[in-house]
Amino acid sequence: MNTPSIVIIGAASGIAQGVARLYARRGWRLFLVARNADALQTTESDLVARGAANVTTMLADLSDVARHDEIVKRAQEACGTISVVLIAHGILRNQEEVDHNADDMLLVFDVNARSSVSLLHRFGVALEPQRSGTIAVISSVAGDRGRRSLYTYGSTKAAVSHFVAGMRGRYLPLGINVLDIKPGPVDTPMMAGRTLTLAATVDAVAKDIIAAIDKRRGVLYTPWYWRYIMMIIKMIPERIFLKIKF
Amino acid sequence: MEQSPTSWGRYPESHAARIDHASWAHEVTLSGQHSILAYGLGRSYGDVCLNDGGTVLRMQRCDRVLSFDWNSGIIRAEAGLSIADLLRIVVPHGWFVAVTPGTKYVTLGGAVANDIHGKNHHRVGTFGCHVRSLAIRRSDGHEYCCSASENPELFQATVGGMGLTGVITWVEIALIRIASRQIEQESLKVRSLHELIRRTDESDADWDYTVSWIDVMSRGSSLGRGLVLRGRFSEESDGTLAKTWKGPLITVPFEAPSWLLSAPTIKIFNNVWYHRQMGSIKRAMLDVEPFFYPLDGVGSWNLLYGRRGMLQYQCVIPIEDGEHLMRRILEEMQRGGVSSFLAVLKKFGDIPSPGMMSFPRPGLTLTLDIPIGDDKMFRALDRCDELVHSVGGRIYAAKDARVKGEMFRNMYADQLRRFLPMVDPAMSSSFWRRVMNDGKDMQ
Repeated sequence: MNTPSIVIIGAASGIAQGVARLYARRGWRLFLVARNADALQTTESDLVARGAANVTTMLADLSDVARHDEIVKRAQEACGTISVVLIAHGILRNQEEVDHNADDMLLVFDVNARSSVSLLHRFGVALEPQRSGTIAVISSVAGDRGRRSLYTYGSTKAAVSHFVAGMRGRYLPLGINVLDIKPGPVDTPMMAGRTLTLAATVDAVAKDIIAAIDKRRGVLYTPWYWRYIMMIIKMIPERIFLKIKF
Repeated sequence: MEQSPTSWGRYPESHAARIDHASWAHEVTLSGQHSILAYGLGRSYGDVCLNDGGTVLRMQRCDRVLSFDWNSGIIRAEAGLSIADLLRIVVPHGWFVAVTPGTKYVTLGGAVANDIHGKNHHRVGTFGCHVRSLAIRRSDGHEYCCSASENPELFQATVGGMGLTGVITWVEIALIRIASRQIEQESLKVRSLHELIRRTDESDADWDYTVSWIDVMSRGSSLGRGLVLRGRFSEESDGTLAKTWKGPLITVPFEAPSWLLSAPTIKIFNNVWYHRQMGSIKRAMLDVEPFFYPLDGVGSWNLLYGRRGMLQYQCVIPIEDGEHLMRRILEEMQRGGVSSFLAVLKKFGDIPSPGMMSFPRPGLTLTLDIPIGDDKMFRALDRCDELVHSVGGRIYAAKDARVKGEMFRNMYADQLRRFLPMVDPAMSSSFWRRVMNDGKDMQ
């Protein structure tokens, strides 16, 4: 069982698909969790064809945190020692889409924040005895500063980023790296029908992600220029920021 | 708003009213829509891949392998998988596509819809000859599995059906065995069309892949001079199968000025290319990439043709009297001021395709890349169409952006009678409206 393994949560998402392919090409073992059975089956056959040592799948609605212990348990059964965990599920709603529907807004919190920190926490505890591995999660550049058009989504991602920033400090001394992946807009199904300013391709972002995992980086902005764009956006004084409509 | 996808010739301009992306082949639906066209990688030269004013359904993301058997070389994949990606997956296992076009950046769906052919047509027929089965989503809400025995009419209509019978969701093909990535190639220098055809006949007997490059700018007795290229896969297991694939080495960053590829520069290029080979025969071992896909080394090379774009003209004429007629076509082109580099001549074999609307038939096929010119050029091509049609030949829809509707309907009269009832009423394309309805909406 020396072949490395990766657990991918939200394996049907656009970015997860790109990352999974790169690990398949490296001949890794993959454990995939998603809620769509057809998509899981299609992904499984594809990854095996692309060179994965083996692929195990599990069907689960990730907003159901009651099943999270089961996900961790089955991932450990399938992988033994887990080399990488990638938490990649999420939903996107513009602010105006949730403005008149508090339930819908809270759903974004449940899926993006609550279920993500639940899985991060559980995988952290599960990996602790291994004293090795990487836990990576996809947050967003939108989490760096709240802005009027995207603050629900942005704040769910901010919660995840803050959570893993703390986890990193706790787990790094134990040999486990915790990576916060902050993509800008990426050309994925999640972005369908939205304006794609400076959108990156899935391939480019996936390559950045596995490079950051390999190098045991803590925070990844992808593509790289988002680090500097967000640095500037964070420096804009609040009085001026309030007048910018985006 | 996402930019409307273009064709490879970048002519004519087209603006889709709506652009959708299919993420999973099993989720494609056509309900309640009209005028839809699936779009792959846009390597068709003309308007067969465009849907001006309609919906374009981009299939690129549907690129997953659904099943495979490395013992028998049978692979089933979503229709948006490119041949480039497919080869990356299958070549290390010792398999290759039975039929490949001159670029690996085409999707399986596009390969079926245009029933593409390659340099080995005389040996293996078209792409459609190697499709075991496929699935097609129609606007009646059903997905049909089709093969030679299951829904055979729909299968025959879909192979070469220009995407008009529905949206192809997956394709299952049979691959061919290879032992090496290396190809043994010979290049023969020939001084005339007559010699070129004779050497092609000789070569077809012993070589899997044959194609000729001809200098269309040469006149008189040297008309049709060029190089006959022939190749076959090396049968030695030399460990090259695991080699990694290269992306484009360079990419054309922007539209070139139109004079770059115009009559005078093309004439110089053709002369240099012809005289570059000194001896009458040159042998080489080539990797699959330079042999099959020399132009893939240059990303977006179509931009070299500048703002006006380019046309590709491809016709096939029966072999009887083929040489005489080919000469007349070339002379007609010269009179019309049509200049072209990359003019290619190939002899199609007699293996029939299952496709109703499939282009290849036994005979000589000529292909030219032509920078868009004036009316005189368009008229010369119309006269070529007449010559081609007069002997029962036809032109290739996947390359076309200009044939007169009536001419196309005459060339494919028998095939259209069978094909028309199979067209899905929700599907349409710029090409289809142009040739069937003088460009007007079909509704």
